[in-house]
Amino acid sequence: MSTLTSNPSTSNQKKRLVSSGALQQILAFASLIILVIFFSIASENFLQWSNIEGILLSTTVIGILALGTTFVIITGGIDLSIGTGMTLTSVMTGVFIVFLGLPVLLGIIGGIVTGALIGFISGFSVSILRIPPFIATLAMMMIAEGLSLVISGASPIYFSDVEGFNNIALGSIFPGAIPNAVLIFFIMVLIGWILLSKTIVGRYTFSIGSNEEATRLSGINVKKWKMIIYTIAGCFTGVAGVIMASRLNSAQPALGMGYELEAIAAVVIGGTSLSGGKGSLIGTMIGALIMSVLTNGLRIMSIPQEWQTVVIGFVILLAVYFDMLRKKNS
Amino acid sequence: MKKKLLALLVVFVSILFVLSACGSESEEASENNNAENEDAKESGTEETATTDEDAGDKPYVAIVSKGFQHQFWQAVQRGAEQAAEEFDVEITFEGPENESQVDKQMEMLQAALDKNPDAIGFAALDSQAASPLLEKADESDIPVIAFDSGVDSDIPLTTASTDNYAAAALAAEKMAELIGEQGKVALVVHDQVSVTGVQRRDGFVETIEENYPDIEIVDTQYGGGDHLESTNLAKTMIQAHPDIAGIYGSNEGSAIGVVNAVRELSKEGEVTVVGFDSGKQQIDAINEGIMAGAITQNPEGIGYETVKAAVDALNGEEVPENIDTGFYWYDADNMEDEEIQAAVYE
Repeated sequence: MSTLTSNPSTSNQKKRLVSSGALQQILAFASLIILVIFFSIASENFLQWSNIEGILLSTTVIGILALGTTFVIITGGIDLSIGTGMTLTSVMTGVFIVFLGLPVLLGIIGGIVTGALIGFISGFSVSILRIPPFIATLAMMMIAEGLSLVISGASPIYFSDVEGFNNIALGSIFPGAIPNAVLIFFIMVLIGWILLSKTIVGRYTFSIGSNEEATRLSGINVKKWKMIIYTIAGCFTGVAGVIMASRLNSAQPALGMGYELEAIAAVVIGGTSLSGGKGSLIGTMIGALIMSVLTNGLRIMSIPQEWQTVVIGFVILLAVYFDMLRKKNS
Repeated sequence: MKKKLLALLVVFVSILFVLSACGSESEEASENNNAENEDAKESGTEETATTDEDAGDKPYVAIVSKGFQHQFWQAVQRGAEQAAEEFDVEITFEGPENESQVDKQMEMLQAALDKNPDAIGFAALDSQAASPLLEKADESDIPVIAFDSGVDSDIPLTTASTDNYAAAALAAEKMAELIGEQGKVALVVHDQVSVTGVQRRDGFVETIEENYPDIEIVDTQYGGGDHLESTNLAKTMIQAHPDIAGIYGSNEGSAIGVVNAVRELSKEGEVTVVGFDSGKQQIDAINEGIMAGAITQNPEGIGYETVKAAVDALNGEEVPENIDTGFYWYDADNMEDEEIQAAVYE
């Protein structure tokens, strides 16, 4: 992943892309460090362990969504259904555990399978039905939103009587250490990173994003792989849904709209190109962290909320601008 | 290609028709009846089946609310039914499935007008959208009583709703009392644009500023009523002001966010939490002692006052321009009281 190649004229296209990706990652990581230093100076309350823990915890849900959608974006697609899809998985987790009385573990698996199913349907619409990803996943976004309301009867499902459910996100396996949700986030980064850089899934993801036609002509079943990639993204959505439900100890059927855009912003800040073909999960992780450090830091300085939104908007503009510069240079 | 598209469009539209027909068959008996026999003056609605033709001389008030499934609206309906019994009028109570279905509500209002009622009670989802129909009611001399939220029009004789500003002021007074009239407080508000958001913020802020010089408002942030967002921002507030004495959440999602933040940071008992609205998680938090108490509106009062105002109008009596339907402060001490139980919904 971090192989830097000094020879720009290398014929190995993948290697070259990775190297410029690494540059973007270094840039993003440097921005993160600068932000942390800035906020530590600006507010003495910023660099306290409990605040850092808070930042990490608030990164988890959007972060996991962003990880999953990175795969889709690298193929040159987009997934707008991850926000409300996450809500639907949390509602379904509630249905399995609270309404049907299944064991917690089965409920969690049910939630993740729901996410995978949403991803699969999106992938099917995109590859088999040939609906453009923007439209297909927009439709899925609305379907998931509607289903969440229908299934839950438009009222929240509470896990208050499910013992230990709250601990999935907020407990910690290693006492006194970081909350499980943060641990799960890092595990998801690891799983995603392995998938993307060490397996055939990852190779095809990049390949489809760089040149779909060439990929198809070289005998790869692009349709099948696209469905697999959207389904993987859906699994991440499912995990995010379970974590959100656990943290709020309830499934809130009206939540989730707009989360997809925050996740996409994190992906873009992390250096993944919206035109597909390049990107990295480490970048996305850093992007998500930048978003939550920014929000947290501005809040802790009591900057009015309206301005926080403006600042984050500018950061996204900057990130995309650097991405364009990079493309011009390469 | 064009033909194909056209064919697809036709198929799509017909699917929509079938779907909507199914929908109205199962859920909206009233609509169907209306379409079938337009001349029939009355038609049955789901819960409060109405009179038949010869129940004649009782005045009939058609109430169109923002919904009927939620606990809140069911309580409004209870209040309306209670008043209907007391003043001997017939009512119908209906509303769309969710609070974004402006067009469906318009159809319901239209249907209600077609029934030629003696008066109409109306809680507008969108006051602009409703104005042509309200004018029609005005032309037919049908008095209109607005409830829950005001209508941007002078046609309604009165509006029966919660005085959100005064309710937030009460929350501020309770907060001041609980923290000994001194210290830092902050607000988590659901939004900075809507009328309820603004009034529930200003009522709190201005009461503190005017009456409690030793209380400092250190921060006001907006979480969109989103539980997760509100949790994260309330946590940051506590981080930024570790000595904060209290936080006020201006609706259910905001208040739950504050509760989550206090719980996650193990600040139970150190930060006084005051909420707004009701719901299972708030009630649990009050019972557990994490939340000191909350303000709740009085939905039964809203329903009751709406029907009462309609009756007054029909009897030719003056009705006030606004009717404050009241609100309650509830906490661990009074939660079991009868009048609180009626206003607190899970």
